[in-house]
Amino acid sequence: MMARLRRSMLFVPGNDPAVVKDPQVYGPDSLIFDLEDSVAPTEKDAARLLVFCALRSLDYGAIEKAVRINGMDTPWMRDDVTAMVRAGVDLIRLPKTERASDLVALEALVAAAEKACGRPVGEVRLMAALEGPLAVLNAYEIATATPRLVAIALSAEDFVTSMKTSRSPEGVELFEARGRIVLAARAAGVMAIDTVYTDLNNDEGLLRETRLIKQMGFDGKSVINPSQIPLVHGVFAPTPEEIKKSRRIVAAAADAESRGLGVMSLDGKMIDKPIVERAARVLDLARASGLKIEEEQR
Amino acid sequence: MEITRSAVAGTLESCDSAVSVEPRPAGAQPALELVVESSDSRFAGKVRQAALSALAELGVTRARVAIRDRSALDCTVRARVLAACLRASGDAPSDGSGPATPWEALR
Repeated sequence: MMARLRRSMLFVPGNDPAVVKDPQVYGPDSLIFDLEDSVAPTEKDAARLLVFCALRSLDYGAIEKAVRINGMDTPWMRDDVTAMVRAGVDLIRLPKTERASDLVALEALVAAAEKACGRPVGEVRLMAALEGPLAVLNAYEIATATPRLVAIALSAEDFVTSMKTSRSPEGVELFEARGRIVLAARAAGVMAIDTVYTDLNNDEGLLRETRLIKQMGFDGKSVINPSQIPLVHGVFAPTPEEIKKSRRIVAAAADAESRGLGVMSLDGKMIDKPIVERAARVLDLARASGLKIEEEQR
Repeated sequence: MEITRSAVAGTLESCDSAVSVEPRPAGAQPALELVVESSDSRFAGKVRQAALSALAELGVTRARVAIRDRSALDCTVRARVLAACLRASGDAPSDGSGPATPWEALR
């Protein structure tokens, strides 16, 4: 089965019915219904009910349904968890995660909510947003806090404020944080998701930033506008040459396995396991991008 | 659920519904008064149905409920009716968490 991709995770303001009703038409890999920053404190209850009712009655297809709940230190978080688990959400994104204990506490609440509504315990996945310097320093500890955790994400706006700087086109202020987050994610075996790009009128800037984070090893990016989705997916889409090469590698590996060979080679070069894994991921990305994977030519 | 004060939820933006809920005096007939004004009269019946279903889930039997609909989906009407009724009943917690919601009672 193809691994779930999270190239684009689209934020959907949780109290806006015009957006909540059909964001899946834009084709993101994940929808993140937002109960946090996009919702005024006086509307938290209404947003929670709107997302609850929408998730219970609308069909968002195979797209991952995530929700960004309010932070652990808010009076809304517990009800967010109860409601969203009951509503059938696939993934909960915890903002302002500072340490592993935040996720341990959240997991207990999620497990209790799963039991209360009859969902299998462990079904709801977690994702942690790292928004401050302490969080980034604790990235590995956070990434390994619970088996439910599938991704850690950088949230840059709060981070740069804490760092007494601001965002620049080059992103130098985020290099350390991005490096630590992607390293921690890989060490922990979870996904690394990059922060949003907020200048909606600068496609070139978005493309440049997406190429950078892809090269660093990130799995995807949070996006705030549907127009950003095809651009991000375009960067993550493999080239025809990459697809062809990957196809041949995967076929050679399958051939070697069927013949009981421990060592594989292609065109006179040895192929080891990491190369095969990388090739398989390229093919996954190609399929998700709707690209044609031609039969291998020998 | 008893409606003890006036409350509103939702907006007049497109795809939304603005719902207001008020207490209804004991003895007033009908006990539950539901007024629907829809931007598209063809959907007033559906809005009414969604609202009645939400009111039944909360056990609201005595109230005046007015809905100004702006082509909202059924789930949006439900959410706004639920929010307005919950805001109009009981005491809001002092911690700012908002009205308690009986999630297990909701469809």
